[in-house]
Amino acid sequence: MNTARRHASVRRVPTALVVLAACGVALFILPIVGLLGRTPWGDLASLVTSTIVVDAIRLSLIASIGATALSAILGLPLAYVLARVEFRGRAIVRAVVLLPLVLPPVVGGAALLFALGRRGVIGEPLYSLTGIVLPFSTWGVIVAVTFVSMPFLVITVEGALRNMDQRFEHAAATLGAGNWTILRRVTLPMIWPSMIAGFALTWARALGEFGATITFAGNLQGRTQTLPLAVFVALETDRDTAIAISLIMVAISMTVLVLLRDRWWRAT
Amino acid sequence: MRSGPYLWISVGATVALIATGCAATTSEEPTDVVVSAAASLSDAFSDIETAFESAHPEFDVLLNLAGSAALREQILEGAPADVFASANPEVMADVVEAGGVDGSPHVFAANTMVMAVPGGNPGGVIGLGDFEREALFVGLCAQSVPCGSLARQVLLDANVEPSVDTNEPDVRALLLKIGLAEIDLGMVYVTDAVAAASTVDAIPVPPQNAVSTLYPIARLVAAPNPDGGDAFIRFVVSDQGAEILEGHGFVIP
Repeated sequence: MNTARRHASVRRVPTALVVLAACGVALFILPIVGLLGRTPWGDLASLVTSTIVVDAIRLSLIASIGATALSAILGLPLAYVLARVEFRGRAIVRAVVLLPLVLPPVVGGAALLFALGRRGVIGEPLYSLTGIVLPFSTWGVIVAVTFVSMPFLVITVEGALRNMDQRFEHAAATLGAGNWTILRRVTLPMIWPSMIAGFALTWARALGEFGATITFAGNLQGRTQTLPLAVFVALETDRDTAIAISLIMVAISMTVLVLLRDRWWRAT
Repeated sequence: MRSGPYLWISVGATVALIATGCAATTSEEPTDVVVSAAASLSDAFSDIETAFESAHPEFDVLLNLAGSAALREQILEGAPADVFASANPEVMADVVEAGGVDGSPHVFAANTMVMAVPGGNPGGVIGLGDFEREALFVGLCAQSVPCGSLARQVLLDANVEPSVDTNEPDVRALLLKIGLAEIDLGMVYVTDAVAAASTVDAIPVPPQNAVSTLYPIARLVAAPNPDGGDAFIRFVVSDQGAEILEGHGFVIP
């Protein structure tokens, strides 16, 4: 976008809207300013390299990337089915998929415990057949985080699939392309920007997940203590570490989201 | 500080309660006794409130329940209360030091740590040594909350190095998972174990390793209703009060 066009578009916007928008941005920027103001800059290097923080960074990356991958494997097909297949109860399935957005994450975590815990409806047979116990394990963290973050991918991609012009797919089919070819060569490229946006939202939500994680997977350094859990524990006892961890989270997510935006959203 | 907003909400609530209470005294209504009590006393003190009010219909008890430290801040900030019951003698000492207490505080109850296991004890726990068993899922409260620091003190004194699987944010989260048998062994206040007795069994810590916290109670200098406050404290330390406290797992010193 060149500068001339940008000026033109600003001029069309009523002043009141600009003022409100500025207030909106301020609401997001002020907490960051507050965080920076309390940051113990001198000790920052030693704080962020402490074993608690390093362990938490590692676990958070594993959990957020793992959850995004799991969401891709399960969520993309789910979005496709919800968008393209008409079946009885589709509205109910769609509502169930969105449930994690509404439920307090702690409740979601407890519900996961009832279902997938060692004594849970599914968890008990799983345990007796395979010896796998999800709670208090890193896999448990990935499951909890996926539960909370996958809906972001499903709604974004489903919306894109429903809104896209399906005549391109029909045209490809008329020209003899098979289902997989159409999906790969026509559908996916057309919804690509939305998919990237969905992945970004999913990953960001996964990175910040707290309630379901601590309820379902517990809190143990090196095994289940992700960055948000480490912040929570540190906030009561060691505020400097808590602030340092928060800064890391801000830095990681800003970097990834800004890079994504430059790389993909603008390009398309 | 985490207690910030709650503190001010409860200060506001207390002030509002006092205001309505004062207005009510002009008629034949009972006078209010405001009792600021530690959150761990919630169940026991609501039973005591009922018993006290039927023994003394001239008084109406209003319980103001929060963490001891938050209550201390309220009292030092001048929120009107008649009685302060703390779960921590040091917190009470702060109020005494600030000249807020009439006379000296009275220790009316003690709370001890117990091992908590799921109903039926599926892990076959028999003693503190079981905290070291890798095969068990062991949970404690996080170090930053009282049940976590006390549990670690018990284990440290007993020379036990627990193989902890999770540090739970508070005692309710820990008891939930013990009750669901997802955690095989934890350590909580006996009163919390009693409150969760339908799903959780308690195993006492051997007396030589027992650690307990004391609960002091005192009437405040600034009490709007000193007679009511004194009557409430007399009731708490009476046999009837002691019986109620014991029913909730407290030990009477």
